[in-house]
Amino acid sequence: MRVNVTVNGEARSADDVWEGESLLYVLRERLGLPGAKNACEQGECGSCTVYLDDVPVCACLVAAGQVQDREVRTVEGLADGETLDPVQEAFVQAGAVQCGFCTPGLVVAAHDLLRRSPSPDDPEIREALAGNLCRCTGYEKILDAVRLAAAKRGA
Amino acid sequence: MRPFGYVSAPDVATAVRVVSTEPNAKFLGGGTNLVDLMREGVERPDTLVDVTGLPLTAIEELPGGGVRIGALVRNARLAADPLIRSRYPVLSRALLSGASAQLRNVATVGGNLVQRTRCPYFYDHASACNKREPGAGCDAIGGVNRNHAVLGASEHCIATHPSDMAVALAALDAVVELESVRGTRRVPLLDLHRLPGETPHVETVLTADELITAVELPHLPVAAASHYRKVRDRASYAFALVSVAAALHVREGVVTDVRLALGGVAAKPWRAHQAERVLLGAEATEEVFLRAADAELAAATGLPDNTFKIELARRTIVATLQELLTDGSAA
Repeated sequence: MRVNVTVNGEARSADDVWEGESLLYVLRERLGLPGAKNACEQGECGSCTVYLDDVPVCACLVAAGQVQDREVRTVEGLADGETLDPVQEAFVQAGAVQCGFCTPGLVVAAHDLLRRSPSPDDPEIREALAGNLCRCTGYEKILDAVRLAAAKRGA
Repeated sequence: MRPFGYVSAPDVATAVRVVSTEPNAKFLGGGTNLVDLMREGVERPDTLVDVTGLPLTAIEELPGGGVRIGALVRNARLAADPLIRSRYPVLSRALLSGASAQLRNVATVGGNLVQRTRCPYFYDHASACNKREPGAGCDAIGGVNRNHAVLGASEHCIATHPSDMAVALAALDAVVELESVRGTRRVPLLDLHRLPGETPHVETVLTADELITAVELPHLPVAAASHYRKVRDRASYAFALVSVAAALHVREGVVTDVRLALGGVAAKPWRAHQAERVLLGAEATEEVFLRAADAELAAATGLPDNTFKIELARRTIVATLQELLTDGSAA
């Protein structure tokens, strides 16, 4: 099938797509957007988190056939040109990145949290990021980054 | 993953027709469990009929005060719905205690009901599992069975049903609407799932070509005072060891109405009828709550790793009822 999908505000299409392949595969292998990461492929780790019609989902569980004519926003679509989103900036400043594999998913999940709740308390941050696993940081620096991003956005 | 055919169903009639005529076809909802099981090779459909485009996404108030929920309403949206939050808070809380934000954003009501157990032996092809391969045996029984059933299990299967939402629906007397080429039928949620007996691979009364189209909640004033308490190994993103859905109404110290269901303890959401019988008309005291819990759990049997769940269920029942009693909502 030909998949037509709006990605990061741009109309994109891909040909000869198998309807059963994942949105994650379409993004990474067909549209050249390797930000969302392929890790567990089971919806457990959150590394492939992207916005689909404005809500965060695991792109590994969405079939290509299900995204026809819909809108996707990936981690690549968060920055404004060379200017990083406050969440991305905060991840850099707080040292919330080690190997970096979970980072794109966590950035999208944190970005969504702060849109819904501009100054979340710690339990709220923990709950919002529960679907994103990180095996390096122990999460403390990630929590720091979300608090910092909330402060930056509020400033 | 093995290749499969994909059909996006334009309407309910087409969806049920394709699934009834194509060999080995399955409905695809949010995909949060089915796609996972396909990657593991546990589910091996030849065709997926995507139902996510069907117009089954409404949450409507029914004449008489009940609520009808379309089977394709996403878990996150149902949890946030004002009608659900005010009339059936136990359902909202149960939904929010399940999975992660990303999964709740896509998981559907219908799919949540027919999700499969997370028993690790069911997923592991190197293990014997009567659910995956009827007649093969059950490695969970002599294996690591900390998460397994203490009520209604059989010598063929001790898996639990993983849903939180279904436990709340069991307490709320929900009715499930099913559609197939043969027409529409309605099944009480409590009759939807089956206990394992000798056929643990047959998990529900649904035929393979039946589609869940809606869930209806009756008008149930007692549900305005309701809670869901989930006990698990970490604070979020874990399945229940034991969970309790409870609704309670007390007048002048006496229980005038009650609904109680347990999760994490059986192959189906477990309505605690025995406990309800003890509670109804009795004094709302801790002693009575304990007696009710004991009545329900009298038939419970544990294995070496999961006997603790019986005491855990007992305490969780009492704690949930006490919470409803003391926060004033039950009065």
